[in-house]
Amino acid sequence: MMMTITKTRASEKTTTLLSVLGMALLGLTIVVAAGHAQSATLHDAAHDVRHATGFPCH
Amino acid sequence: MFQKMLTGAIGAGAAAWLLAAVLHFAFVQEYILLGEEYETGAAVHYAGVAHDEAQAAEPAVADSDMAAANDHDHDEAASEDGATAHDHSHGDAGDEGSALTRNFWTVVFFGLVYVGYAMVLVAGFGLASAYGKVITAREGILWGIAGFAVFQLAPAMGLAPELPGTMAADLGDRQLWWWGTALATALGLASIAYGRGVAALVVGVALLAAPHVIGAPELEGFSGVAPPEVSAAFAARALGVALAVWALMGWVAGHLWSREAAR
Repeated sequence: MMMTITKTRASEKTTTLLSVLGMALLGLTIVVAAGHAQSATLHDAAHDVRHATGFPCH
Repeated sequence: MFQKMLTGAIGAGAAAWLLAAVLHFAFVQEYILLGEEYETGAAVHYAGVAHDEAQAAEPAVADSDMAAANDHDHDEAASEDGATAHDHSHGDAGDEGSALTRNFWTVVFFGLVYVGYAMVLVAGFGLASAYGKVITAREGILWGIAGFAVFQLAPAMGLAPELPGTMAADLGDRQLWWWGTALATALGLASIAYGRGVAALVVGVALLAAPHVIGAPELEGFSGVAPPEVSAAFAARALGVALAVWALMGWVAGHLWSREAAR
């Protein structure tokens, strides 16, 4: 019984940590695409935001 | 958990998006446009103080300052055609469409950047919660300010927000330093905020200092074409706006998080 509860808690924590990792990666991917990716179209559209939010531009 | 984080990220990201767009156009955009005037050569800066135009001392309004700068061109460079220079001024009917498109994309990308940052922020909440930390709206403000330090203030210590036309070191090197600085600052702040004992404090401070001891990639010498006053005002305003936006984002995210937790 005790072991089952411990196992359930452990798997809950794993699920939580995976969700955290997924959310962080999703956010960072968006930031990289919007702030750092060097495609010309992306760069031109994001130009003013990149300058104003202090991303290395150009 | 993922659903809870997503709700918080979208709510906080949207609030940050709105404030970022409003404050950007109120305080920052005019300096980007002014910087571009110097980048393209439509306005020329030269050493010295404006001797006869009082308004040159007030660089707050791009158009009037530009007019002043163009007048300088007349005085200083006889070959510069004043009428041509004035064609570059903003507000011409032909420029309105492209300015609208440009500003539209600026608003769109503010949304992307801050929703992305909000996702990273709530992922931090999720991690802290997994270890038993309670996040409230007030804690959220602290997290928001920490996020500002991680993603904007610390990188700006080495790579100040650049006015268009600023020459800088290799882009790849700067991006690498930027990410390394963000990571080290995040780990350093986490260590100081949530670590225990003197060791955590020492490690935290070392992580905060490391990127700046290493130093950001930079060029030898300076080659800025815009007046230093314009660059300085731009960098200060960009950071000030970012602080306000991150603080709001943290507060909203913390509020949504604690409300979800109470259910």
